[in-house]
Amino acid sequence: MLYREAGQFKSTYAEDQQIFPIRQDRIAVAVLLAVAFVVVPLFANQYWLSAILIPFLIFSLAALGLNILTGYAGQLSLGTSAFMAVGAFMAYNFVLRMPWLGIIPSFVLAGLCAAAVGIVFGLPSLRIKGFYLAVATLACQFFVLWALQRIGWFMNYSPSGVIAAQKIVILGYAFDSPASKYMITVTIVAVMALLAKNLVRSETGRAFMAVRDMDVAASVIGIPMMKTKLLAFAISSFYCGVAGALYVFCYLGTVEPEAFTLDLSFRILFMIIIGGVGSILGSFLGAAFITLLPIFLSVASGAFSHATGMEPSHALLSNLELIIFGGLIIFFLIVEPHGLARLWQIAKEKLRLWPFPH
Amino acid sequence: MNVAFFFEVLIGGLLAGVMYSLVAIGFVLIYKASGVFNFAQGAMVFFAALTFVSLVERGVNFWIALVITLAVMVVLGMAIEKVVLRPLVNQPPITLFMATIGLTFVLEGLSQLVWGSQPHALELGIPDVPMEWLVQSTGIVISQTDLFAAGIAGVLVASLALFFQYTRIGRALRAVADDHQAALAVGIPLKNIWAIVWAVAGFVALVAGLMWGARNGVQFALTFIALKALPVLILGGFESIPGAIIGGLIIGASEKLAEVYFGPMVGGGIESWFAYVIALLFLLVRPQGLFGEKIIDRV
Amino acid sequence: MTRAVQIGEAILSVESVSLAFGGVKALQEVSFDVREHEIRAIIGPNGAGKSSMLNVINGVYHPQQGKIRLRANGAWREFRDMDPHEAAAMGIARTFQNIALFKGMTVLDNVLTGRNLKMRCSFLEQAIWIGRARREEHEHRRAVEEIIDFLEIQHIRKTLVGKLPYGLQKRVELARALAAEPTLLLLDEPMSGMNLEEKQDMCRFVLDVNDHYGTTIVLIEHDMSVVMDISDRVVVLDYGRKIADGTPDEVRANQAVIDAYLGVAH
Repeated sequence: MLYREAGQFKSTYAEDQQIFPIRQDRIAVAVLLAVAFVVVPLFANQYWLSAILIPFLIFSLAALGLNILTGYAGQLSLGTSAFMAVGAFMAYNFVLRMPWLGIIPSFVLAGLCAAAVGIVFGLPSLRIKGFYLAVATLACQFFVLWALQRIGWFMNYSPSGVIAAQKIVILGYAFDSPASKYMITVTIVAVMALLAKNLVRSETGRAFMAVRDMDVAASVIGIPMMKTKLLAFAISSFYCGVAGALYVFCYLGTVEPEAFTLDLSFRILFMIIIGGVGSILGSFLGAAFITLLPIFLSVASGAFSHATGMEPSHALLSNLELIIFGGLIIFFLIVEPHGLARLWQIAKEKLRLWPFPH
Repeated sequence: MNVAFFFEVLIGGLLAGVMYSLVAIGFVLIYKASGVFNFAQGAMVFFAALTFVSLVERGVNFWIALVITLAVMVVLGMAIEKVVLRPLVNQPPITLFMATIGLTFVLEGLSQLVWGSQPHALELGIPDVPMEWLVQSTGIVISQTDLFAAGIAGVLVASLALFFQYTRIGRALRAVADDHQAALAVGIPLKNIWAIVWAVAGFVALVAGLMWGARNGVQFALTFIALKALPVLILGGFESIPGAIIGGLIIGASEKLAEVYFGPMVGGGIESWFAYVIALLFLLVRPQGLFGEKIIDRV
Repeated sequence: MTRAVQIGEAILSVESVSLAFGGVKALQEVSFDVREHEIRAIIGPNGAGKSSMLNVINGVYHPQQGKIRLRANGAWREFRDMDPHEAAAMGIARTFQNIALFKGMTVLDNVLTGRNLKMRCSFLEQAIWIGRARREEHEHRRAVEEIIDFLEIQHIRKTLVGKLPYGLQKRVELARALAAEPTLLLLDEPMSGMNLEEKQDMCRFVLDVNDHYGTTIVLIEHDMSVVMDISDRVVVLDYGRKIADGTPDEVRANQAVIDAYLGVAH
């Protein structure tokens, strides 16, 4: 009875095109935002902030980036973590060499650098598709990592091969504590998510989806292939670049190029498969799922050892994690290829009828 | 320039390329028969090698272990076909590809769960030492293991070629590769064919696993060999076994030569990306590879 | 047949176009013209080259010989190597024999993609979604809703195209082509796979489009009764050559056409 649209009429196109056309949804989102921006930083403990919420937000942003490229524009990419790496190292360098810029502009510039790299490695998409393109993005992945390792300038010639992110200082206020880092992250992610949502509902989003669904037809009706595909790569890499910058500034603190592995790229791909390709919400759901799964496993193993007295080894847990990840991917692809986002939609549909059966 | 050294690098590269080809052949088999790009091939190689080596270490006779592992791979292949691929039969290729990525993770975790994660050495009875007479006469250092692997690969390719060309099952496989519907229409049992293909691919994975394991030891890094097979496939085309061999030779040789002759100029480590960049450039010029079929987009 | 819009002068001229794929000659020195506001049918047996002809007109295939001349904005433009993208920009829109809709999008979104050439805002403006981007989107939505009303597909506007029955998908494809406000509309077998009722509906829509918007239409069609009913003039192709060109009545009586295609009533 709660979730009803009765009486909510749309009389203008503006109303019809709202992101949340149903009033109950708007209330729920407002509550969620209030919790995210006010309740959490005030009441959450350090562990939750540093180990769960911040990485969840950062990976959501990277998943969002990949979703724009692969989910909406249909260009399969396995180079996500390379773009994150570009963002991370360029942000470090901008803050190091041009400290008068400020953190946020540095992040934006770092994202633009990642976008530029994205455009270069997106050029092959004009001629190749599908998993051939995936292999081309592997070239990007390996080359970028190699370049970051070999060209000393990126790491400021650090002898240890590791860079340490600088403190975040905005307008004289130092964002040191987990709560303040969380605030920066959640603000950036929320803003970028809104921009992404607007983008995918607009003509650009339609152009992306047209290219994904049938690019020959898209070009016949006038959609420019090159511009659309390269724009998808650019925007996606920008998002991944900013995520990479946040990854090192707000989460890890120190990072080496080796941290941005192919395995990480796969993980982000898994996030969008499980969460839902072609869905903004799906990026968040998938990131939440993948971030929480290892924690869930260790809690479960703790309960297991408590109950039986047997201590599962670390190796066992990490192998179990691999098996579960892989198994879930296969499961979702078979059962619900549109992921958790579609399951969520179905649940909402059922909710509209509740408590009536039909 | 030292000619002997050049040949050593070249031949070493060619032999390494043969090793890549061994893995690539598994890909080609599955792709030819079912249109699925089996990203999990590398994990299958790893699983095969690990199973074999673990059996041998537990005292099982070499040949018996081989047979048992083969049986395991065949069963694994058929299980994969039934559990993962059959439900996804009508999905776009990209979905199947992603399913095999998931499969990779499952196999990697499973292998280590069952057999542990320490590296193992694999003894095939062929010592990994240079061919003495070659060193004496020409100064070129080439490993016996590598040569043996090349020989095995040659035998494998020849027998596969014969199998496809002259047996009934081979013909059925080629029919299925061409057109599933038509194959069904003439009564070829699709599901059985796919099971056979995956079993054969499992066998090829075992051979590749043994060769690689003898050369580098059986360790987790073996799964990354699959990634190197991708540029090989791009050069050789996804549907051609001779293409996989030639692609492997080209990639292996050029990678080694680039590393040795260009590597020092840019700080080394070129091997991590050189093969992919070659593949990328190739894709831009000839997307279907050396031996593949031209892709025509119809509206 | 009384017309709401008078047929004008030639707007498209196909001149000695020859097209071959390797050794296969799809079109051999085909020439004809299309007059403004008319409905021109291209008919012929399977493999005669009809779809290839449409593909040449809108730039999907490039003929080895001959040229296409199009009168756009009063001036004649001549080309052989046009891109489909350029063709769309010049006011040529088309539908396809096998439906080329974007299956992952709703009807509304599909039809809106037809207006992509008229959208001016950059992606940044669209992302920020204020002012100009909003106004433009609403303006185009209004235009598209008119077409949706016109083709009576309001009830399915938010449905995913992939879920629609074939006949409705064809109508949505027509809507998308119309959304571009084309001067020349190419329809590739718009009625194939339809039952009698659906065909009559589609006929009505094609005629209405010609009446209401004055769009010049070139269509490929196999159903003779449709061709005779709605077209002003007909071109007949056989094995890549033109064997007849005239009004439906003239063509129906033409011996070569009867031999090649129509046959005689037994």
